Amino acid sequence: MTWFESPADVATRLQAAGYLADAATATTAFLAGALEKPLLLEGPAGVGKTELAKAVSRATGADLVRLQCYEGLDEARALYEWNYKKQLLRIQATNADDLDWTRTHDEIFTEEFLLTRPLLTAIRRDEPTVLLIDEVDKTDVEVEGLLLEVLSDFQVTIPELGTVAAVRRPYVVLTSNASRELSEAVKRRCLYLHLDYPDAAREREILLSQVPDLDDRIAEQLVATVGRLRDLELKKAPSIAESVDWARTLLALEIRDLDEKAVADTLGVVLKHASDHERAVRELKLAKS
Amino acid sequence: MSSGLLDRHLGFVEALRGAGLSVSLAEDLDAVAALGTVGWGDRDQVRAVLAATMVKKQAQRTTFDTLFDVYYPAMVGEGVEGRSDEADEAPATSRDNAAALEAFRQQLTEALEAGDEQQLRRMAAEMVARFGAMPGRGPGMSSWSAYTALQRVAPQDLVDKVVSGLLAEGDLDAADVRRTVDRRVGAFTGMVENDARRRIAEEKGPDHVADVTVRPSIDRLAFMAARRSDLDEMRREIYPLARRLATRLTKEHHAKRRGPLDFRRTVRASVATGGVPLSTYHRPKRAHRSDLVVLCDVSGSVANFASFTLLFMFALREVFQSMRAFTFIDHVHEVTGHFRPGADPVDVLTDLAAATSHAALWGRTDYGRAFTKFEESFADALGPRTTLLILGDARSNYTDLSEDVLKRLAGSVRRSFWLNPEHERNWGTGDSAAPTYGQVVPMVECRNLTQLSDFVHDLAL
Repeated sequence: MTWFESPADVATRLQAAGYLADAATATTAFLAGALEKPLLLEGPAGVGKTELAKAVSRATGADLVRLQCYEGLDEARALYEWNYKKQLLRIQATNADDLDWTRTHDEIFTEEFLLTRPLLTAIRRDEPTVLLIDEVDKTDVEVEGLLLEVLSDFQVTIPELGTVAAVRRPYVVLTSNASRELSEAVKRRCLYLHLDYPDAAREREILLSQVPDLDDRIAEQLVATVGRLRDLELKKAPSIAESVDWARTLLALEIRDLDEKAVADTLGVVLKHASDHERAVRELKLAKS
Repeated sequence: MSSGLLDRHLGFVEALRGAGLSVSLAEDLDAVAALGTVGWGDRDQVRAVLAATMVKKQAQRTTFDTLFDVYYPAMVGEGVEGRSDEADEAPATSRDNAAALEAFRQQLTEALEAGDEQQLRRMAAEMVARFGAMPGRGPGMSSWSAYTALQRVAPQDLVDKVVSGLLAEGDLDAADVRRTVDRRVGAFTGMVENDARRRIAEEKGPDHVADVTVRPSIDRLAFMAARRSDLDEMRREIYPLARRLATRLTKEHHAKRRGPLDFRRTVRASVATGGVPLSTYHRPKRAHRSDLVVLCDVSGSVANFASFTLLFMFALREVFQSMRAFTFIDHVHEVTGHFRPGADPVDVLTDLAAATSHAALWGRTDYGRAFTKFEESFADALGPRTTLLILGDARSNYTDLSEDVLKRLAGSVRRSFWLNPEHERNWGTGDSAAPTYGQVVPMVECRNLTQLSDFVHDLAL
């Protein structure tokens, strides 16, 4: 199965799935499918990295398998694990008289006792699958070594069972906040895309598609204000997710015009640092709320 | 028969490697395979494809874009579109004279008001051709200068005119309009620079331009060579860099320092495996943290380096037990108070610049005097658990170096380092006392953000 026909096809289908992709995103997403290579997405928090993976799965009708990375993630959580409890139970349940070691050994290392974790699950599935490896920069360096085998050959070696190769290659998306530089080996195997804050026109489209009840004029004001905030050199610039939150807030509060007072009252939705708050109030010349 | 496309591609990859991007053969093959699936039809698409397959760090993207424009220019010569109307009324792109300049500026004002990107791009090309040409004697000798063109047309001076023009059209917010116009002029300036590069590349071959005009990415740019706009970009980079480093440090602390066995957790985990403790758990060990005292030279040439380093250190305050900062030129002044937790970096830098006046009596750098003063007034800041950090280029205007004072200072602390923003080959030239001081305190070269964060990483570990 081919994932997408062309970059333009990506753009239209993602849009139908509720994700507005720009040209570079569409092209790279197309390549990830065409070359069957993992796609590494980097960028600030809240620009739609995870959402892109979800949108691809919606657009192609594939199932999403997600591996959330965190510090201390290991093989047992990412790849597979033997179900020790069940194995112990099996050994204890065997009648002590006909305890034949080789038979027991063969019995307890079979499919039945294997707990598959996201990476193995994604590889063994017959149906089209999108594998999302979220926040890969949070893991330890050892896990990257683990990912290498999976990402380059799409196979997993289990000593007791042999090598499991992918029946059908999943569409792999890795996301990273760049809190740590990933190793060259992983990067080399991936296509790379840096997602950044969108330009004003695209952000407005995103807002209007996410919050359909939003007034056209207020959307414009909101996008302009967020654009100015991003220029301010803040500790944490407002992301798309935060603009959407802001739009929802304004809608809930029934604010029809984003004037200075409205901005000052609701600034907490988009700015999460006290010093950012002060700076915005000063630079946008808002009245202290 | 070869179309030259492959050679061009190889040249491009070679240039990327030359500029410090590590493009492997595998990535190169990926790029070609990827181009096979989308074709060469759309320039922006080709750019996206090449970027996705060969650039794996966002910091290198600027370098990539510059080189891409050089190797795969958007147009050749005067451009195809540029010939339509201008060419008829003024053949040979019309000689350059005062009247032409005035007319061009008028035209540019209108284009900036309209904000038509296509039109602006055309004008950028025209501007370089007419006002930035430096004709040479023979083929391959002529050149173009974006600098000359920008100096003469001076688009920055048009901002006021464009703003008032736009304001006259409708009731808009003046500050908003000014920002928009500023952005447009900035973009236009970039276009002009690109166009000049493109023309030179056409004349002398892209490899020449790739060697000469590509600037290093911001984290490799030397503090002392940074321009104003670079400094702004660096300042924006500091906080994220510090945050990245802090995450990395905590992680490494966790991995390295395994404390005593956590009996309770180990036993609890063993219940799941029938009482067999398959894996053990350990208590985290308390990280050892040291006091940091930073003493920095803030005289003109190294002021930027000093303030960036201070900002960076204070962004990492949680890694250190406590931190005190002093600045000096020929007199010592404590600036710890300016670094409030969560303070805005721009404000802090402004405060620091204002505080510089306290650090100077005569305004000529004098390391010897500064060390003596420091020992007199702030000797209590140093203790056996302290790490002393001295920032400066060790250029002391041939004054008394007082290395014995420095020796005493370094002797009273646990560790001491000297960060020098100059290239190691310049140490000891002219009035630099780097070799003398380097014998007392280990001296480390620290010319850019990468070296700085590497140093701090090793320091904090």
